Amino acid sequence: MWPLIKLLPTKTHVPFVSLSRLFATLSILAVIATGVGVFYPGVNLGIDFKGGTVLEFNTGAKTADLARVREAVSGLHLGDVQVQRFGADNDAVVRFQTPTGAEPGAVAVNVKTAIAKALGQVTFSRTDVVGPEVSGELEVSGVAALLTAVGLMLIYIWFRFELQFGLGAVVALFHDLILSFGLILLLRLEFSLNLIAALLTIIGYSMNDTVVVFDRLRENRRKYKRMPLRELIDLSVNETLTRTVITGLTALLALSGLAIFGGESLRPLSIVLLFGIVIGTYSSIYVASPIILLWGVRRDDEPAKPIGPQPASLVSRP
Amino acid sequence: MLALSRWKVILVLASAIFGLVFTLPNLLPDQALQAMPSWLPHDRLSLGLDLRGGSYLLMEVDTNALNQERLTNLTEDVRTKLRVAQINFSNLALQGQVVQVQITDPAQYDQAYKLLASQIGGALTGGGRDTTVRQTPGQTIQIAYVPQAAKDAAEDAVTRSIEIIRKRIDALGAVNPSITRQGANRIVIEAPGEGDPERLKAVIGKTAKLTFQLVDTTLSPDDLKAGRIPPDDEILPSDDHIQEFYVLKRRAMVDGGMLTNATSSHDENSQPDIAFAFNGLGAQRFAEATSENVGKPFAIVIDNRVISAPNIRGPIPGGSGEITGSFTEESAHDLALVLKTGALPAPLNMIEQHTVGAELGADAVKAGQISVLIGAALIFVFIILAYGLFGGFAAVALVVNGLMIVGTMSLFHFTLTLPGVAGLVLTLAVAVDANVLIYERMRDEVRSGRPAMAAADAGFSRALTTIIDANVTTVVAAVIMFNLGAGPVKGFALTLLVGVLTSVFTAVLITQVLIGWWFRAFRSKKLPIA
Repeated sequence: MWPLIKLLPTKTHVPFVSLSRLFATLSILAVIATGVGVFYPGVNLGIDFKGGTVLEFNTGAKTADLARVREAVSGLHLGDVQVQRFGADNDAVVRFQTPTGAEPGAVAVNVKTAIAKALGQVTFSRTDVVGPEVSGELEVSGVAALLTAVGLMLIYIWFRFELQFGLGAVVALFHDLILSFGLILLLRLEFSLNLIAALLTIIGYSMNDTVVVFDRLRENRRKYKRMPLRELIDLSVNETLTRTVITGLTALLALSGLAIFGGESLRPLSIVLLFGIVIGTYSSIYVASPIILLWGVRRDDEPAKPIGPQPASLVSRP
Repeated sequence: MLALSRWKVILVLASAIFGLVFTLPNLLPDQALQAMPSWLPHDRLSLGLDLRGGSYLLMEVDTNALNQERLTNLTEDVRTKLRVAQINFSNLALQGQVVQVQITDPAQYDQAYKLLASQIGGALTGGGRDTTVRQTPGQTIQIAYVPQAAKDAAEDAVTRSIEIIRKRIDALGAVNPSITRQGANRIVIEAPGEGDPERLKAVIGKTAKLTFQLVDTTLSPDDLKAGRIPPDDEILPSDDHIQEFYVLKRRAMVDGGMLTNATSSHDENSQPDIAFAFNGLGAQRFAEATSENVGKPFAIVIDNRVISAPNIRGPIPGGSGEITGSFTEESAHDLALVLKTGALPAPLNMIEQHTVGAELGADAVKAGQISVLIGAALIFVFIILAYGLFGGFAAVALVVNGLMIVGTMSLFHFTLTLPGVAGLVLTLAVAVDANVLIYERMRDEVRSGRPAMAAADAGFSRALTTIIDANVTTVVAAVIMFNLGAGPVKGFALTLLVGVLTSVFTAVLITQVLIGWWFRAFRSKKLPIA
């Protein structure tokens, strides 16, 4: 049976909508868990956003003696200095924040000198210094970028579809952003500019997926004028299911290569993207579409009802 | 009917050739590239600093310090002008942004005002004077810079700083450095390649303000202890290992602006030192000052630290001399270099640095290549398994897509960064989506009873709006990302952006032409994917 696409059932009848109450609960729980996670264990901000210095060094043939590094650096009164092994035995990384008022570049040089003195032969393979004014600006522009992205998506969808579609899509976007952020908290990933890029990409991808479902929904609404909205949604999601599965799998396959072979510095980015693709697909089905259903009920001045069996007349739209 | 108009075929062939020709330099070894005829493009992908190794420095011109220095100079200027005109005054001081002075003799008050109003400060670029002089009660006069003057000064300082930085970096021998202005008072320096980033930083960031000042030897130790020093004296710390600080006359005998040359050299004991030469005016002043002060010590001051304070043994007429101090070969070389290129108009603060070693960069390139190849291979295998022959067509489109992305980036010298590699992998994966949308639409159409060819045709035309809708979202995200933050993320956004544009083109057009040819060649009545 080749091509394999023929193995997939041509017509599926998964009752997505009736399962949505369960998934909505799960989503809400996950969002709450992320909210808690922001306070405990808290966000592991990288130097892009909190300022400071990261030094990576290599000790050649010798094993990096971390105890000696700690001892050498402790004399410099920098407060909390993290010294960790990084990959191989002869690679290590040192992180610290610039003491207030000190010149970040000068502090970094002092630390480098102290490490070189303590260990003898070292090569610094990476030096990242971010001063307080830069990190403050990046923090603001990072959040601004995410919000602008969401805002523009709303406008685009509103423009191409209708407002309730846009709202559904934007709720789905926030859902994806929050849960991806939850993953970052859960894995204690260092929150950096790269991860903002990952979140922006997730916004793009999740939107992409939502648009495909919405497109089909709009088309089916014209085709089956009398079909209740919940059935329309089920039909549209089922019709686009093969595409969802194949595109999702392709993206996952390609990115898993990146996560495994792309090296240390790309790993957080690829992990967040991998998760984002899964969650973006899920949210198109279980967040964006049910919101439209809810909105449809309100439109007719009925009290908002939880998603469940509803009379067909409430949901038909010309 | 799958309309295979001639322009479609030409466009497809042209894009494939474009991609191939402009990607080729990246695939060939150096020698083969050299041997290629000159009319073919030779440009390779320009790699970001995170891939090739190098330093990114963000420097900020300290406009506050610049402003403070200008106000201090203004104060001294007022003092000199009034003294020369023999006007008695008191309480000359800087109060915030305003210089204030009280004229002792009421008869001289108007004269003093006229003098200051006409002679203090300079002309503004846009016309008018850059200072305002006001008479205030109590026979006082207030002098301040107009707001535009500070802006002009900052503007000028940033422009001159960039020129000086460029000279210094060139003198250090960096290859292809890029120095660009960012915002009002920031300068981005990108210096690829190996080399000591800390030395680069030190050379760029050194203000290198050189002055020769007389040492005030008239003060008693008691006065010094009580901090009683004359208003035209200053205390500066010293690096000469003889005294911790010196009391110097504020007025410089000569300053670094009059240097014509400075080179590292050696003194009679073969210790590294710096030989310098003044221009005509500087030489004359230096000769005068030394002949008037024989036997007295003078201090060589760089950036408000005394380097050494030798005694003047006799008049020095030739306008050249040597600066000795505790130098190493490298520090003497670097100091001579910065003195020769001139002082920065204002202190430069480094506010961001990213340095990646060349070796780490090379590792990243290797990892990137492997993950792109593996990612592409997985996509190929998967899409061919899923859609068979049509999957193969999609794979061909994907190859052309990859070539077009690399070709476009090479042609326009877009920088590929490490996150950009991730963008490339992601783009290839998402590019397939367009084909999946088209093929699934074809299968729908077959199911609803259309003949194969019509279904194929409808698949393309009806999936197109969805494809465009879906890709606009990625374009929006990428554009926002591009406007955010530094190099690596910009690289990611750029790759994504180029990739989305080329992938819509290749996924729709190339597969369309291939499927059209296939129908024509085999006259199939059945879609292989239905």
